[in-house]
Amino acid sequence: MTATKSIPPAPVDDRASDAATRRRAKAVRGSRPGWFVYSALAIVLGSAIFPFYWSFLIGSGDASTIRDPNMSWWPGGNFLDNALSVINDPAVNFWRALWNSIFSSGLIAASVVFFSTLAGWAFAKLRFRGGRWLLVFVVATMAVPMQLGVVPLYILFADLGWTGNIGAIIIPALTSAFGVFWMTQYLQQAVPDELIEAARVDGASSFRTFLTVGMPAARPAAAMLALFTFVSAWNNFFWPFIVLDRNDPTLPVALSLLQSNYFVDYSIVLAGVLLSTIPLLILFAFAGKQLVSGIMAGAVKG
Amino acid sequence: MTSTATAPPPPDIRSDAPDTGPSARTPTRLAFGQRRTKWDMKLSPYLYISPFFILFIVTGLFPIGYTAVISFMDWDLVRGTGEFIGFDQYVYVLTQPKFWIALRNTFSIFLLSSVPQLLLAIFIAAMLDQNIRAKTFWRMGVLLPYVMAPVAVALIFSNMFGDKYGLVNTLLADLGIPAVPWHSDAFASHIAIATMVNFRWTGYNTLILLAAMQAIPRDYYEAAAIDGANKFRQFLAITVPSLRPTLIFVIITSTIGGLQIFDEPRMYDQYGTGGADSQWLTITLYLYDIGWGQWNFGRAAALAWILFLIILAIGVINLLVTRRLVRDEGSVRR
Repeated sequence: MTATKSIPPAPVDDRASDAATRRRAKAVRGSRPGWFVYSALAIVLGSAIFPFYWSFLIGSGDASTIRDPNMSWWPGGNFLDNALSVINDPAVNFWRALWNSIFSSGLIAASVVFFSTLAGWAFAKLRFRGGRWLLVFVVATMAVPMQLGVVPLYILFADLGWTGNIGAIIIPALTSAFGVFWMTQYLQQAVPDELIEAARVDGASSFRTFLTVGMPAARPAAAMLALFTFVSAWNNFFWPFIVLDRNDPTLPVALSLLQSNYFVDYSIVLAGVLLSTIPLLILFAFAGKQLVSGIMAGAVKG
Repeated sequence: MTSTATAPPPPDIRSDAPDTGPSARTPTRLAFGQRRTKWDMKLSPYLYISPFFILFIVTGLFPIGYTAVISFMDWDLVRGTGEFIGFDQYVYVLTQPKFWIALRNTFSIFLLSSVPQLLLAIFIAAMLDQNIRAKTFWRMGVLLPYVMAPVAVALIFSNMFGDKYGLVNTLLADLGIPAVPWHSDAFASHIAIATMVNFRWTGYNTLILLAAMQAIPRDYYEAAAIDGANKFRQFLAITVPSLRPTLIFVIITSTIGGLQIFDEPRMYDQYGTGGADSQWLTITLYLYDIGWGQWNFGRAAALAWILFLIILAIGVINLLVTRRLVRDEGSVRR
């Protein structure tokens, strides 16, 4: 402010044109919103965070905290103790569950990404008879509920002696109709046909073309697909709950066991809830931005 | 097409495949290579899509067909086979009062979770669509609940909606409102379970709607503003109509998901049976109870098919919508 006073007229012109640009930008993008928008968003953010805080509040107290009418809004000091009793609870198998969740979700994400990219490449960029009908079929399978096949799937895995085995939740999830559809959509616009022709003229085999042209081009969409597949595999409950053994669970199945006692100590249950959510919170801290843009990118096409 | 085929490849591609330059070939190898290439081009697309289809046939299509077979049987778990009894299992399920209660609960929870959620998501998306500061921060904040497992969400909310010492009833008492029996009353339990669904999914759908809003050309709003339309009028006349295809998409996907709800009602109390009087028993919870509580696979299979037929009506609409989307995409490709 003080600086502009001492400056000769020329910069003032600059400022004027600057203001004009800003005005034009304002007209195009709309002005900065007022307090109403920010307070509405703050309330939304508050309700998104509150259940996390509530679990910390209860999870850092003791069994009586929840019944205390004068409960403090400030967390207690027992969170680590409660977390440790979850970890050391022989019925929960925390470390085993954590490993199973990481292993199965990671493997499922990697497999879904690879096979979806491969199939998406074929549907988006290669001409073959019946391709479009097969793609419609893939999309249609997304509407079929898991429940419809769950009884025979259980019988199948029971016959194979695989119930209770982590493989029983990995194998059915190795490919995904959503993933195929997602990669098809992305690759259609991401790779110009000329690039494929060029690779072909170069004598590259079909698979080599996929590896050298398709895979690198698919990388952004593949990263997002990996994230979403990982999160949904991690949170999956219905099928793991049916087929897995209590001694060898995933985290959500282990969590469900925390509440199965006659007497429920919520300070321990909610400490366990928070404990089991920490890995995904870490993932969210690093990849939340990608999740946001993944949902928004999918929406524009979907 | 032909002109691009004969054109020299761009240098970056050549560097990716350095050892197969066209000049390095002899004529005989070219002939062999051409034949090989022809088969390569013809077969490899099917090879690429085969993993999905093989796995779908084994873990999807076969079980679906087998569910139909089992649903007509009195399945014997020990022998691993069953006696054909026609439609008896369907008749049994459909004459159970529990089935109709479960159906009512499922639709009640679904409506309580989808309608407010959609209205809320449109509202929040409209807020995020403003020219706000720290856009990424707000968007990530809205999405935060999505990373929490439904089981975890259910555990937190069933605690907050506790009948005796729950947070919600405590707050209501502070306001002088009598405690709500969140577990013993059916409708109240539906509200509590719908709240869990809303907590986890509102942000997700908000971002989908936000993306659709941002695709609306800003000139429309400018023109409307010049015509003297205020923000609210602009929202009704421009934003809402433009959102229609996206709304249809969101509604269909949340219907298919919502009618299958299991995790939240299962975790709403420590017994997981849907309440003493089936207050919050849903179809999938009932299916689990028949299948893995009573170990009656024939009946569970029949119920699975009934659930599927209920969803099918909505699935057909889904197919029509997505087919149109796919066809649009296909015409772009030509």
